[in-house]
Amino acid sequence: MAKTALIPVDNGLLPGLREFLRQTLSRPEIAAVLVPCQLPMKAMILPTLVNDPERLSAANPLAPAFPLNAARMVSRLTRKAAGGTVVAVLRACEIRAFIELVKLKQARSEELIIVGIDCLGAYATRDFLRSAHQDVDALTGRFVESALGGGDGTVDGVCLAPACQACAEPVPSGADLIICLLGADTDRALPVTAATEKGEALLERLDLPGATMPEARETAVAVLVNRRRSQREAMGETTRALTDSLEKLAAYLAACVNCYNCRVACPVCYCRECVFATDVFDHEPCQYLGWAGRKGAVKMPTDTLFYHLTRLAHMGTACVGCGQCSNACPSGIPLAELFITASAPLQEAFDYHPGRSLEEKPPLAAFRDKEFEEVVGIK
Amino acid sequence: MSAFEPTIIAFVCNWCTYTGADLAGTSRQTYPLNVRLIRVMCTGMVDPQYVLKALLEGADGILVSGCHPGDCHYINGNYKARRRIKLLKTLLPQFGFAPQRLRLTWIGASDGIEFARVMRELVEQVRALGPSEAGAKMVI
Repeated sequence: MAKTALIPVDNGLLPGLREFLRQTLSRPEIAAVLVPCQLPMKAMILPTLVNDPERLSAANPLAPAFPLNAARMVSRLTRKAAGGTVVAVLRACEIRAFIELVKLKQARSEELIIVGIDCLGAYATRDFLRSAHQDVDALTGRFVESALGGGDGTVDGVCLAPACQACAEPVPSGADLIICLLGADTDRALPVTAATEKGEALLERLDLPGATMPEARETAVAVLVNRRRSQREAMGETTRALTDSLEKLAAYLAACVNCYNCRVACPVCYCRECVFATDVFDHEPCQYLGWAGRKGAVKMPTDTLFYHLTRLAHMGTACVGCGQCSNACPSGIPLAELFITASAPLQEAFDYHPGRSLEEKPPLAAFRDKEFEEVVGIK
Repeated sequence: MSAFEPTIIAFVCNWCTYTGADLAGTSRQTYPLNVRLIRVMCTGMVDPQYVLKALLEGADGILVSGCHPGDCHYINGNYKARRRIKLLKTLLPQFGFAPQRLRLTWIGASDGIEFARVMRELVEQVRALGPSEAGAKMVI
């Protein structure tokens, strides 16, 4: 059988995808499916581990909701042998973050099949909750129509989260199975293509008609990626101008209350115990008085800039640009813009692309005998 | 107002640069008082946050110094340090931090004269750069 098949969606995209997931879950070798589902009690979408095929009627992997990066959830499911294979439906940035976590030995790719869907982006959670009301499926339909119909996914004036607007990697290239929306005939059938042997093995066992990749896909992907790239450049330019001195950076982060939600939401902030949560930062009362005395005044809580710069130094090379830091910030600081912009030169310096490959070691976990000679010496 | 005296925080490894500093002392070499040595077991343990802390507390210059490549007591700590310095020298200039304020050198245990010379030169360089922004303003 070919490596590409078709998922019929004559009855609508969501029913077609749900049927595909039901078929997948009916395979005896698949223990459960992890997929964004609408919660029974509210118009809210969260990753849900589904065992009962009936419950897949709530699955909605296309909704413009992205309340958390599910790489962390997949990490919980895979860090030890679970005794069954899970199929996880993830966004492209969730897959990239998951690959980083595997490299950090905080997740395993065994007993896991990743299904990626071309990502159309999502709203900030606050915006999603405001626009979803009760009928999430209807909102999803209008959102997909806008995003695939040449629009930018804006529905009723609500637009994509800034990180999604600037995401130049909507295709889930690290997945085992890739479901294509871009360039597909979304009224009839979605091509699903196997990118790995694992994916191919599953696809062969599903009862789906074979197909070839639609010719329109390459162009559709290129159009979207180019638009997103120029948005990313514009975002970078704005952010750099706002943060090009320590004083301006402090002003950018001035609303920070050191809640550390951005660190909790970050899928690649890898420390099991963050140093900022340890007693290293339980300063003695006399220390505060000392700082205030030396500088004349000291803002409390202290160490805000220290915290954000440390985070950048620790996870900047692994930042997948998912934007969850912004989503989690109670003060509305545009953190994703800062982290995406400041991380890009770090990734470039080490020629490292987070989530690209399991084989590439994280830059700070590797070294070569002769490299970066330019940083040595005082000339 | 008194002339600007820079403060330089130097993270030096126990086995090479610190021993080199010791040799500079026993050899009666002199170097400016502006340099505050912090002895660490290896430059490979200098987490970027140590450098950031020194910077944000107002250090005008920061030096990380350890064994020459191939000489690390722990085999490869200095190579790891080099990557971290590369990282910081890429990250910090984005926020207006002059990269010359952060230095990495290899100074061996027998390089007492070299140690004193590097310290003298470094202090003059940082003096020429002037006080760091973090020390002058409240950017905590």
